[in-house]
Amino acid sequence: MTGIGNYPLHLAILVLLWGYIYTSWSVMGRLGLVSFGHGAFMGIGAYTVVMLWNHFGLTPWIGALVALVFTTVVAIVIGYPCFRFKIVGHYFALVTLALSEVARLVIVALRDHTGGSLGATPNSALHGETIAIGALQFASKEVWLAIVFVVWLGGLVIWRKVDRSMGRFALQAIAEEEEAAASIGIHVTRAKLRITIISALMTCVGGILYAQYQLYVNPDAVSGIAISLQMVFGVIAGGMFVMLGPTVGAAFTILLAEGLRLGFGNKYPALDTTIYGVMLVLFIIYMPKGILGAALDLFKTRRSVPGT
Amino acid sequence: MSEVFDIFLLEAVLNGLLLGGLLALLSLGLNLVFGVIDVVWICYAELIMCGMYAVYYLHVQYHWPLVLAMLAAIGIVAFLGWILHQFVIRPVLSAEPINQLLVTGGVLFFLQAAATLVFGIEFKNLGVSLPSVQIGEMSFSSSRLIAFFVALAGVLALWLFLSKTYLGTAIRAISQDRAVMPLMGVDPARIFRITSAMGGALAGLASCLLVLQYDIHPAIGLSFGPITFLICVLGGLGNMVGGFVAAFIFAQFIAVGGFFFALEWGYVIAFVFFIAVMFWRPRGLLGK
Repeated sequence: MTGIGNYPLHLAILVLLWGYIYTSWSVMGRLGLVSFGHGAFMGIGAYTVVMLWNHFGLTPWIGALVALVFTTVVAIVIGYPCFRFKIVGHYFALVTLALSEVARLVIVALRDHTGGSLGATPNSALHGETIAIGALQFASKEVWLAIVFVVWLGGLVIWRKVDRSMGRFALQAIAEEEEAAASIGIHVTRAKLRITIISALMTCVGGILYAQYQLYVNPDAVSGIAISLQMVFGVIAGGMFVMLGPTVGAAFTILLAEGLRLGFGNKYPALDTTIYGVMLVLFIIYMPKGILGAALDLFKTRRSVPGT
Repeated sequence: MSEVFDIFLLEAVLNGLLLGGLLALLSLGLNLVFGVIDVVWICYAELIMCGMYAVYYLHVQYHWPLVLAMLAAIGIVAFLGWILHQFVIRPVLSAEPINQLLVTGGVLFFLQAAATLVFGIEFKNLGVSLPSVQIGEMSFSSSRLIAFFVALAGVLALWLFLSKTYLGTAIRAISQDRAVMPLMGVDPARIFRITSAMGGALAGLASCLLVLQYDIHPAIGLSFGPITFLICVLGGLGNMVGGFVAAFIFAQFIAVGGFFFALEWGYVIAFVFFIAVMFWRPRGLLGK
């Protein structure tokens, strides 16, 4: 075994996993499509895979494909009419909020199969071994760190590809002025739908990994309004407009929670979220570019001062 | 006839009507604030939670009479609404609209966490149990009946205020034209402060009615926050009549859907209905 203990490894895995999920959200969020519904996609990923494995013995590899197809269908069913009928801003945020609540409530309502609010545990395939590739279950944290690292890196690559694509300029134009963008020949609905599907699929993968790593899913932890807002605010805290911003947001929230827990023990159960809430409000008012965005700005002005 | 009209179905429909009154009151404050200030308070349900805790602590810990505790709670939440506007909304009034939505989301996190920190996660109950009312074979909880009539009275009072008083007229005028009213001698900043306090007071009134029916816990806002936004959007954000109509439609979906299936399915049907309506009328049922 390496010198790193299990606890720092666990933190590293969580930071990378949530960093990846926040990055997935920011792929569309930073282009003016603020979704409060990504909990639905994460929930679909987590629950589809676990349910197919538990009830039909279907390997998570095939389960993941089913989940991705399902996510695409949901993204299109919600996204297409939204974009076709120009549901933007507040209205888009609140329609997607309804979607994430529908996902949560459906999971709770199907309690005979899903375990309802109590959640569900994927049947173990480990039987004393540390790796069960067919069941996508690994007892070793090192393996998980490698997996989430690769996925996180993949997320950044996609972020960069989108950032450099024509579609990004099209979407920025749309976010500025939708009619004007359409008048110069941008297919608004298609451009928005494409980015929504990319972002939804990435989030779905995040949900699958979350379920397989934690080996436990619960409707409130993977779907609904709370988790959807958590994604939005993680991105805002870190910085919505820079590539590593969402990851910094994830690291910041997780380390804040863990740091306070180590400092104060479990005496003050919600101290971290209380501080986090105050900081979010302050960020949005005074530092809308987030931690990393503001830090980069500071760095840039420092360097440009002697020149100017 | 009795075979066609199931008595329990009728009971579900009437309970839906009572729920509709409560939901209408919930949507009222949010709609008022949005109509005038153009900001959605995502943390609206958390303000209501604060009011519920205020009633609980004043009545149970400090032994205030219930009515006095409720009046105090309305005042406290009105004050919170004013604070929310002065210190959180005002700095972002000229920022992008989505920032205004997000900043109140930050307040949501804060209030929920602070409530956990201060009050703990235990469910708290007011311990006031009102008898249920029997009509024929149907039974209704009297707290729901009270909530229904108080909600209707609240709606009526707000309507009278907005249409009969000078201040109400100024508020309506601001909501129709933000640019011209300052020229007519109306101070928008003052109107915004008053509207925020009134929005808070309406949230406080809602909290007094909810505390009679539900246990209080820090996450209670999440259980009726989303539905309140959806009702407002369904009726057309800022449109109080629309919100009123939408509240009763939503309540029927929940009550009757819950009667035929499980309660969650009632909500699922209502939310899916909401999404479908948005595609048909993107600005809400009675939106512009």
